[in-house]
Amino acid sequence: MKHTGLPTTPISFYESAKLALADTQLRRNMGKATQTIRAKRASVVGELPDWEALREAGRAIKQRTLRHLDDYLIQLEAAVQAAGGQVYWARDAHEANQIVTQIVQRHGAREVVKVKSLTTDEIGLNAALAAAGVSAVETDLAELIIQLAGESSSHILVPAIHKNRAEIRELFMRTLGVSELSDEPSALAAVARTHLRRKFLSAPVAISGANFAVAETGTVCVVESEGNGRMCLTLPPVLVSIMGIEKVIPSWHDLEVFLQLLPRSSTGERMNPYTSLWTGVTPGDGPQEFHLVLLDNGRSNVLADTIGRQTLNCIRCSACLNICPVYERTGGHAYNSVYPGPIGAILTPQLVGVDKAGSLPYASSLCGACYDVCPVKINIPEVLVHMRARVVRKKQASLLGQFDPEHVAMQGLQRMFEHPALYERAQQLARLGQWPLVRGDAIPFVPGPLGGWTAMRDLFPVADQTFREWWRTRR
Amino acid sequence: MSMARNEILRRIRAGLRDVPASEQPGDISIARAYRHAGMPAGPELIERFAERVAEYKATVQRVSAAGLPAAIADACARRGVRRLVVPTDLPPEWVPAGVELLPDTGLSHAQLDQSDGVLTGCALGVAQTGTIILDAGAAQGRRVITLLPDYHLCVIRADQIVDLVPEAVDRLAPAVRAARRPITLISGPSATSDIELNRVEGVHGPRTLEVLIVDG
Repeated sequence: MKHTGLPTTPISFYESAKLALADTQLRRNMGKATQTIRAKRASVVGELPDWEALREAGRAIKQRTLRHLDDYLIQLEAAVQAAGGQVYWARDAHEANQIVTQIVQRHGAREVVKVKSLTTDEIGLNAALAAAGVSAVETDLAELIIQLAGESSSHILVPAIHKNRAEIRELFMRTLGVSELSDEPSALAAVARTHLRRKFLSAPVAISGANFAVAETGTVCVVESEGNGRMCLTLPPVLVSIMGIEKVIPSWHDLEVFLQLLPRSSTGERMNPYTSLWTGVTPGDGPQEFHLVLLDNGRSNVLADTIGRQTLNCIRCSACLNICPVYERTGGHAYNSVYPGPIGAILTPQLVGVDKAGSLPYASSLCGACYDVCPVKINIPEVLVHMRARVVRKKQASLLGQFDPEHVAMQGLQRMFEHPALYERAQQLARLGQWPLVRGDAIPFVPGPLGGWTAMRDLFPVADQTFREWWRTRR
Repeated sequence: MSMARNEILRRIRAGLRDVPASEQPGDISIARAYRHAGMPAGPELIERFAERVAEYKATVQRVSAAGLPAAIADACARRGVRRLVVPTDLPPEWVPAGVELLPDTGLSHAQLDQSDGVLTGCALGVAQTGTIILDAGAAQGRRVITLLPDYHLCVIRADQIVDLVPEAVDRLAPAVRAARRPITLISGPSATSDIELNRVEGVHGPRTLEVLIVDG
């Protein structure tokens, strides 16, 4: 179940989810974690009488940004340059990795420190740096845990959410050469502190993502908890930040909206412990070289889809993961992407194409809870349905798809719905034919090529008397 | 490199074909119906700030202007601080007796790492969230001095406290727009919730944050 970045070959959520569901430890860890964080979020959101107004402002700011994205990116570029930073544009992962590797190599660095960043996971930066002989050290506690374990993230906010304290203790003792260690979270955190401080003090280059970047002022913002972000953003003389092009926001004042929406939605706190904001370089204070990489990597494709576009509103808070009944049971690995959960189910197939991640739009019960909690009002169910339609159209376009049993059945249904007589005859036939399958009030299993339908759900049997028949008896 | 720039901008513009050429960003209205002003200055605001900062496991104490030097000296003594980092423009009357002072005239990372603590002022406090904001202004110094020492003793005047995040963002605007100063928001000491979502204070930043509110 290992993956790096975004899927490059077709994957099936259905298969991965089955494996995940069989892991009872995982389900216990996930259930406890998601319930805890849901309750925290609900309580701090409930504190704000203007929550809905903030959500609406957040959505509108994002809409304005995305509809004029080219202008805002050009404005951001100019502002960062005017403040002493350098700006690069990367069309895809390969180009972004090349830019970063060149900067790192120019400074002769063999080891760089990293702030947790989904964008760098998306482009597989660590592997690209390793290929160039540079080791990238993850400094967020959870990222460190999964880096040491050789695993991948399972949650966009708490990547090691699938591991419990006993598993982490065992891992640290094995990989960090600690002989005596309790499984108290504070003891585990202390080991990481000692291990990483030397690295913070010696690394010549730091790499980060960006939560927001203000076009008006060129200010970049990183939101975090542990202080590892501040360490990376302050100590090494060279800083490289990589941001998806959708992370730009128009003006300084827009931050007031997102600094309220993000912490409450993500960790369920009134404010995260540390937020760093920097505008280019400040002589004598912090890094003296700042490089900002603007990454497309499929985002302009998402922009081009007028229904899918709202996906780019996402501020990566993970509220949708924590509320999702599907995610809660399967965990993040089943999605085979750095973007799991409901947001991943719509973002990943849009970034890499439905041919590579076409099962993800189906990884949902369409219950709509993700839409309710989304701080920037992404209508995830709407995009899910839209993406399912794209998957079907793509399938139908192929010769094999023409003979797909589901497609054939749907074509038959379409003909039937068009002709009332045909429809009624089919109902009568179904009533006769269904008796061996009915158990109580439901059909739990249908044999043959359509069995997939009943793998996850029961079918209602055709009633003894249909509405049409009942209506005729009334006349 | 400019090839990539042109290509990305071209793709974006192609993707935005549905947006009329005449549309200006301002044409998309943003209803900012959220609160811009909260509780006015006064004892209640200070009380809320103190409460919310304390909820983050920071130590909070309210002192009078006259009592501040003694409170600083007390705090340092209680913590066993012998070598104290201070920004060069710290008000001289804050300086506690009996500690070795390390004024930041460009201290090395090693010197900061080996100190016992740092004493600074701040730019703002936000009551609603229990946040302290540093903007590299008066009595605050470089970002690194409040990061490497394990203990941060921070002084805030009552008139620096606002209630809501939008009020704070508004007050910070000049420091960013004109002076491009770096800004750090601090809400309690460093913390992680990465292990079974249990909050643990003190990972990489200062493990102890102590706040003195100067009240009248």
